[in-house]
Amino acid sequence: MTQAFRIENGGLINRDKKLSFKFNGKTYFGYEGDTLASALLANGVHLIGRSFKYHRPRGFFGAGVDEPYAVVQLYRNGETEPNIKATEQELFEGLEAKSVNCWPSVNFDIGAINNFLKIFLPAGFYYKTFMWPKSFWYRIYEPFIRKAAGLGVASTKHDKERYEHKYEYCDLLIAGSGPSGLAGAYAAAKNGAKVILAEDKPRFGGSLLTSDVNIGNQSGKDWAEGIIAELKTMPNVVVKNRSQIFGYYDHNMLVMSEKVSDHLPSTKKYHPNKRLWYIRAKEVLISSGSIERPIVFGNNDTPGVMLSSAAKEYLKVYGVLVGRKPLVFTNNDSGYETAIEFKKYGVDPVVLDSRKSAESEIIDEAKNLGINIKNSYVVVAAQGYKKVKSADIASISDDKKQLGKIENIQCDCICVSGFWTPTIHLASQSGNKTKFKEEIDAFVPGQSKQNEITLGAANGVFSLDETLKTSFKAGSELSKKITENNNEIAIPNVVEKKSSQHDKFWCVPLPKGKNYKRFLDFQNDVAVSDVEIALREGYRSIEHVKRYTTLGMATDQGKTSNLNGLQLVSEIENKVVPAVGHTTFRPPYTPVSIGAIVGREVGKHSKPTRKSPMHSWHEKNNAVFVDAGVWLRPRYYKRGNENLFEGSKREAKNVRTNVGVCDVTTLGKIDIKGPDAAELLNRVYTNAWLKLPVGKARYGVMLREDGIVMDDGTTTRISENHYHMTTTTAQAANVLSHLEYYLQLVWPELNVNVVSTTEQWAGAAIAGPKSRDLLQKLFPNSDVSNEGLPFMGYMEGDLFGVKARIFRISFSGELAYEVNVESDYGNFMWEKIIEVGEEFNIQPYGTEALSTLRIEMGHVAGSELDGRTIPFDNALEGLISKKKDFIGKRSLQRSAFIAEDRQRIVGVVPLDKQTSIPEGSHLVKDDKAPLPNPKLGHISASCWSVEYDNPFSLAILKDGKNMIGQKLFAMSPLKNKVIPVEIVSSHYVDPKGERVRS
Amino acid sequence: MLYINCPHCGMRSQNEFSYGGDASVKRPELNKEVSDQEWDNFVYNRKSLRGKHLELWQHISGCRQWIKVERDTATHEIFRTFKADEEVA
Ligand SMILES: [Zn+2]
Repeated sequence: MTQAFRIENGGLINRDKKLSFKFNGKTYFGYEGDTLASALLANGVHLIGRSFKYHRPRGFFGAGVDEPYAVVQLYRNGETEPNIKATEQELFEGLEAKSVNCWPSVNFDIGAINNFLKIFLPAGFYYKTFMWPKSFWYRIYEPFIRKAAGLGVASTKHDKERYEHKYEYCDLLIAGSGPSGLAGAYAAAKNGAKVILAEDKPRFGGSLLTSDVNIGNQSGKDWAEGIIAELKTMPNVVVKNRSQIFGYYDHNMLVMSEKVSDHLPSTKKYHPNKRLWYIRAKEVLISSGSIERPIVFGNNDTPGVMLSSAAKEYLKVYGVLVGRKPLVFTNNDSGYETAIEFKKYGVDPVVLDSRKSAESEIIDEAKNLGINIKNSYVVVAAQGYKKVKSADIASISDDKKQLGKIENIQCDCICVSGFWTPTIHLASQSGNKTKFKEEIDAFVPGQSKQNEITLGAANGVFSLDETLKTSFKAGSELSKKITENNNEIAIPNVVEKKSSQHDKFWCVPLPKGKNYKRFLDFQNDVAVSDVEIALREGYRSIEHVKRYTTLGMATDQGKTSNLNGLQLVSEIENKVVPAVGHTTFRPPYTPVSIGAIVGREVGKHSKPTRKSPMHSWHEKNNAVFVDAGVWLRPRYYKRGNENLFEGSKREAKNVRTNVGVCDVTTLGKIDIKGPDAAELLNRVYTNAWLKLPVGKARYGVMLREDGIVMDDGTTTRISENHYHMTTTTAQAANVLSHLEYYLQLVWPELNVNVVSTTEQWAGAAIAGPKSRDLLQKLFPNSDVSNEGLPFMGYMEGDLFGVKARIFRISFSGELAYEVNVESDYGNFMWEKIIEVGEEFNIQPYGTEALSTLRIEMGHVAGSELDGRTIPFDNALEGLISKKKDFIGKRSLQRSAFIAEDRQRIVGVVPLDKQTSIPEGSHLVKDDKAPLPNPKLGHISASCWSVEYDNPFSLAILKDGKNMIGQKLFAMSPLKNKVIPVEIVSSHYVDPKGERVRS
Repeated sequence: MLYINCPHCGMRSQNEFSYGGDASVKRPELNKEVSDQEWDNFVYNRKSLRGKHLELWQHISGCRQWIKVERDTATHEIFRTFKADEEVA
């Protein structure tokens, strides 16, 4: 295939490297340095897709980030990515892309029948049509919208690519490497400032790549290349291409997405696909340039209609003619510059200028080249369906209201220029209150909110000379503040052609009897008539008009449509544009891959995994693990073909009959030291702590100030001023913060230090009637008899040469101990326990058996201490001291907390002694009552009681105290179960607690 | 993301801190009779004001100190930061 629209010479592409690629299954060729868009245009392909709502044929409108509709589905190295702008995607060997929004093909699109049948979906169509009847939503409306909508299909496969995050700090961050960015970077770098210069395109230089100017006796492009080359040699400067700063956040934090690998056929080994930079900058120079804005006319979405700046860029950067019979439609001198470039390559353009007359150096040059110029002329409508074939043109009156006789002229593209819109997105995101600049009919940044300055075209300054002067100066001054260096920079001499005043004309009136669609927003298919409808229906705020019509929404964020939309509203409403105001610009400025946002935090890296020192032992012994917060804990140790139910039942039973060992390393541990440690505990816990002797442990409950139980656990007095606190696994971090809060802010007079020791100690719970016999063998030199180490006693012991802490505490309700050793000895301890315990038939048990044991004993845990219960609800009111004050005590006097029928923990047994009750089931009096059936309580935890061999649950039940013996129903609509149950005591096993003391 | 000057560690990003609410709230003294209204004010009632606000943050992934931050809730501007025991003038 020949590249019919590629000129012989010129452009910045590498003609020595030919690349093949596929679009919609057909093979084409381009060159290294092309974008997908330039390569397709070189092959004469203008039809790229179908529009979002009406499925009208769509081509290329821009040449970069300004492109509203040339969006494709990309295939690269076995992966696919939607929402890729063809104008930004660099060509690589083997690239494959497909159109979106077309079915069955881009050339024959069924959805487009809507267009021919004139079933145009007007503004608010979705709101009005799809609201009723409700039952239609899932069956009819939603599938229809889903099929019609969407700019591609996301892959459902795991993404093999890697994405990185980087945090960076700098003195000056510069967004955009056009003349302003280069000058600012150069001046600041010369002053020794740490500079980051970001450019979203592959090539640095911005407008200098396409404009016909001279800087310091070089072409603008050569000057830019020289500056970049010098900046790259400086150690205090980072220059990044393919890097888009897309968000400006608080305290001068900006986020940049660097496309590391998208221009390559596949990502290099050890390279990320994209890198997201979080940059904290002392100062920010926004040099993001400007985007040409369209003039609105009939059928202005026809492929072949594009911005005149884009046509020039395709020619000067890529050596591509977007047409051989171009029609240039302009209201300012920029259109002439494009026409001049066409003429230089032997193509004869026709220029329609809406102005009656204009004079400037640029226009003179065009005239001297013999370009056909028609003043007071406009394009009324483009003709042609899949490609521009001709244009209806007409003269226009001075007041721009009357069209002359319509003539038709042949053309194959229409290059349109409606003047320039500064790119103020970043400044606006920063909080800058923008202001309307009358001379350019556009908004520019106003008062800076953060340390940001906007210069050059982004600030509405289109003179190169002025831009360079202000930018060199700003670079010097901003850096001088930081580095205190003041190196003079010689400002180079600039040669540029002067322009004449543009015409404040943006929309061609409809000729009589015609109702051409005149599009404002090409991405969202919003036409002039849609905005008119919205205003007619009473929408006034520009924010409401935006949402009702979708003008300026989605990934485009109104880059080309915003101002024309405002012009229209201001005309209809008879207000000036600044009175209409503009909608809020939100990050991201341009789409960012979800992968880049997520970074490395995927799969196992999405959160840390904490493992106990005994983890590898558990693995070797067939533990089935469960997530407990970020910890991995053995749920049960699988033997043969056992399932969870069988395995946990076996383990729990062995604890009740012999002895079991459970890894309790995950419990939160806090070391508390200082002369006021007892006083702190006394204020934090609900019960009394001042008289706890050394060598004793005590169970405690702590509340939040609102009276809700925060956590429970045991704390042991290790020595006079030294305590060891345990917390639940889940609350460990919160309890530490809680203690620090009171010590640092509320009671700084208390002389106490707290520190987390969770990871310093490995813990093993040894539980069961034979646990003392086992302990005696583990610690032959210690007296662990009931007298030597009574219930809630503590001692230190020698575990085969390793110092151990031994606590006689029990969560299982059996005679039990907890042994702690320093973490490095955790595995040693565990193996010794297993080895010595063999003669007592020891078995390790996991969290499931642990739960079973505590549930049937009626011990509360996280499912009861759920942030909604007070001590009474958990039958813990016996632990509330009447004599002393403590955190949250005052709240317990609240009327709801002392109500007679207050909720309370109970036990629940199914009447059939067979059916397990799903956790979360509601308890109701009458299972046949009409909905909503009044809820009396809920099942908080369920197990299979190994003691009685039937299901048993705990529940928090209204008036639970007086409900023992009642028959209720447990209902679980989720599991579709209704189970008749009896309410019993929560202490199902050993209600007197004799075993733990035995 | 806010950039907070921890009086102990220096400038650090917000993701190292956790928020602790209004710093002007004073816990009633222990063992003191407190009316329902006073207690409600302490536990629940907050002004949620727009503008300058003295608030608590804990440098949880740093020095673990609770600090006071004077911040504008509308603009996010941070004026001053204080150690826990520093008096705010
Ligand atoms: Zn700190």
